Amino acid sequence: MSKKKGISRRNFIKGVGTGVVGSYVVVPALNNKAAKNLSDNEELQLKEGWQVLSLKVNGKKIITKVKPNTLLVDLLRNELQLTGTKVVCNQGECGGCTIILDGKPVYSCQMLALDANGKEVTTIEGLLLGEELHPLQQAFVDEDGLQCGFCTPGQIMAAYGLLLKYPDPTDEQILNGMSGNLCRCAAYPKIIKSVKAAASRIK
Amino acid sequence: MPQKIVKSKIIFEGEIVETIGEVSTEEYERWGANENLKVVGKPVSRIDGYDKVSGSAVYTFDKILQRMVYARTLRSPLPHAKIKRIDISKALKVNGILDVITFQNTEDIDWYWNSSKLFDPHLRYQGDEIACAAAETAELAEQALKLIEVDYDELPFAVNTKKALESDPEKLTGFKKPDLFTYDRGDFSKGISESDESVEDTFTTPVVIHNPTEVHCSTVAWDGGKLTVWDSTQAIFSVRNAVADSLKININDVRVIKKYMGGGFGSKLEAGKYTVMAALLARRLGRPVKIYLDRREMNLAVGNRPDSHQTLKVWGKRDGTITAMSYKSFGAVGAYPQGAAANWPFRTMYKCPNIKVEDQNVFINAGRARAFRAPGHVQGVFALDSIIDDFAYKIGMDPIDLRLKNYAEVDQVFNVPYTSKLLKEAYSAGAQAINWDLRNKIPGSGNGVIKRGIGMASQIWWGGGGPPAHAMLKLERGGYLTVISGTQDIGTGTYTILAQVAAEILEIPMEKIEVILGDTGVGPYAPSSGGSQTIASVAPAVRDASEKMKSKLISAAAAIMEIPEDKIKYNNGEIESIEDPAKKLSIADILKELREESLLMNGSREANPDGYTTNSFGAQFADVSVDTETGKITVNKIAAAHDIGRPMNQKTLENQFHGGILQGLSYALMEERVIDESTGQVVNLNMHDYKIPTVKDVPKIEIIIVSKSDDLVNNVGAKGIGEPAIIPTAGAIANAVYNAIGVRIKSLPITPDKVLNAIYKFN
Ligand code: FES
Ligand code: FES
Repeated sequence: MSKKKGISRRNFIKGVGTGVVGSYVVVPALNNKAAKNLSDNEELQLKEGWQVLSLKVNGKKIITKVKPNTLLVDLLRNELQLTGTKVVCNQGECGGCTIILDGKPVYSCQMLALDANGKEVTTIEGLLLGEELHPLQQAFVDEDGLQCGFCTPGQIMAAYGLLLKYPDPTDEQILNGMSGNLCRCAAYPKIIKSVKAAASRIK
Repeated sequence: MPQKIVKSKIIFEGEIVETIGEVSTEEYERWGANENLKVVGKPVSRIDGYDKVSGSAVYTFDKILQRMVYARTLRSPLPHAKIKRIDISKALKVNGILDVITFQNTEDIDWYWNSSKLFDPHLRYQGDEIACAAAETAELAEQALKLIEVDYDELPFAVNTKKALESDPEKLTGFKKPDLFTYDRGDFSKGISESDESVEDTFTTPVVIHNPTEVHCSTVAWDGGKLTVWDSTQAIFSVRNAVADSLKININDVRVIKKYMGGGFGSKLEAGKYTVMAALLARRLGRPVKIYLDRREMNLAVGNRPDSHQTLKVWGKRDGTITAMSYKSFGAVGAYPQGAAANWPFRTMYKCPNIKVEDQNVFINAGRARAFRAPGHVQGVFALDSIIDDFAYKIGMDPIDLRLKNYAEVDQVFNVPYTSKLLKEAYSAGAQAINWDLRNKIPGSGNGVIKRGIGMASQIWWGGGGPPAHAMLKLERGGYLTVISGTQDIGTGTYTILAQVAAEILEIPMEKIEVILGDTGVGPYAPSSGGSQTIASVAPAVRDASEKMKSKLISAAAAIMEIPEDKIKYNNGEIESIEDPAKKLSIADILKELREESLLMNGSREANPDGYTTNSFGAQFADVSVDTETGKITVNKIAAAHDIGRPMNQKTLENQFHGGILQGLSYALMEERVIDESTGQVVNLNMHDYKIPTVKDVPKIEIIIVSKSDDLVNNVGAKGIGEPAIIPTAGAIANAVYNAIGVRIKSLPITPDKVLNAIYKFN
């Protein structure tokens, strides 16, 4: 539970990512089960209209296939196993699933994965440099901006988005920027402190 | 080893539990104030902070296993019905569906203390379990649920507690009316005859929902006859026992693991049906199953704080002496047996020799109540401290003076002293922090549209913990320590505080200490994380183990250095000769010499002291502004002054107080489960319609801890803080609103419409 050392997460993902690209590159050409000798699974995918999707996640290009109604959060959590992003309400009310899409915080439970096509996604895992915490994440540890920690990835990504827009936010900007993220443990006072501490450290 | 099996008493959420269990009989020197300590009480950062901010913490909700499938649950859409016919054949045709279980194709498994079954064809509330489907994806399982055909015999229902109280309970749920709880003390009519004045009023509180951020969920996997359960739970041993009993398998064939969890607040103190349903499906399929509830189900089916309808009357003399009090209340337990009583603070908070209590649990056709952060006390204190204020204003006395006049020096129910009680100190510290003298001496006498008011309320809770609670230490090569216990950290900081206790005694740096909790397969028994008992039970066990480990190290050093033990001292994590400090060994040296990879030690919580009860105390003060044109209430400040024994970690302590206070604030002003009485349907089933506070609702909060340590309660001097934090907030806010506008709102939540109505009627 103390600080982790070892291989860099980013390099690790890079390795995995290359494999993913390789295995899916042939998919769009498929159209007929018999002719192409499709598996049951592939036939089902064809029937359900699965689409190829290409996006950047935490700096790494990902090409994969999704069912058209797949939510971005489910792609991240189930497909890419980036379970740092949480689902709390699953209907755009709590901010627990906040990620950064092309520089802006969004609720990933309110977006189709396909709508992220060609875009760039950053999740809580993407803030790390190897196993090293981002100063914003470190501020949440130092200021104890959490209790159970379940809303925390969403809080941190909302704060990240806020600091991208306002590197030196006023109190009001912090309250507005963080007001879309519910914390049932109500760690709010220390969440605010964490954001302020991060802003002054990153400056 | 100085260990003994003794009979001991603990109070858990109002129930006195007598246990016979193993305790430590060692007496350790008390620590004194935190200033004497190096690690305990300091603002140490959470040792699990990295995992939680990096996204690497795998919560039960995040658990992914090879070949895992997903299960979702079909729930009753009706408040009361019997299943006439159920047909799952269409559901089983969904592509990717694997299995559907109902009462028809599973064995009978008792539930709710044998009042019902895991799948009961008699559905008693909207949300009762009907079927559970497993499929390759959660989405497919949900699709299958929609294709299950169910015909119902609709039955009469009541979701309004008062109406249910007046109807035949057997028609609503099939259960008998619960027994009336009564309690009497002293000579009630004598108390009345001694009085000069009296006040009486009825207060109502809403049903509120826990809504932890992590939904209730389990991931289960069988290895032959052995079952591993990852569960989002506050009570790993309760879940283990319930699952083993339900499936009729050996206790040690079930292992329950919970490393991180996204909140519980009491809703995760008991095993969920979903865990057993997942285990049944997993066994039938031979594949791991992940089951979870969605937010809608969370608001229907996993507990709530019951409502209350409390009528209180206080009689007293003009000098403020309370001579008699009566209490009559009823509250809805939901559709299955549970408790809704809220009378405990009434019986013990203020001194009164003559009292009478009647409390009635009522069945209604809605989700069953469960323990919710300080069950009973949050409701009870709101009503009690409102009526106490009324009495103070009636006789023209300062509300704090009235409370001091009727200060209870002993526990009036058991007639024994408290191990410590610093409530007077809390009153004066809180009064100063809020500027008590600025309150309206005559409520509502302020000028202008925005009226300001100040109010307060008192807090009492147990939280002294007790045995059995055990911990194990493993000291390894290089002087690294692992603390192991079967309790759980539900976000409160248990991991960190237990490490601090070991660090304090063994003088091992925090970075060299790991803590393993939340695994029945690894940790010795320790209590569930409820009742604010975790730290007061487990931290003393860790101290016991650490002190014994220290003795072991000293004896090892004596053997190695060939010096008698009494010529050796433990100094800063090293063991040195008193006569020749140059002769010393580090912990790492000792392990090397012993050619051991690890040294082990067990420790236990000591028995609670005889002839005392342990309670925490406190008072919260609220400063509010009420807009008399819109009814909007703004809480400007809450000052919280509490006696909680020794503060163990300043950071996590403040955080828990913030959380409790803000949940108390939203209980006072926002939260309420709303049911349409004509259809029995809950109308606010999501986080938009069910209001909880956001970052913008946070007032100024000042926390003052008036205690240094409770040396009688246990060897670390700590009492729990999780529940004390929420208890008096709503009462303080309600009293502040009254102080501002001069008219009392007797029903929570105090929403703008109630404020405007009250002002309108008053004028
Ligand atoms: S989970 Fe997406 S907003 Fe709540
Ligand atoms: S830390 Fe628990 S919900 Fe925010």
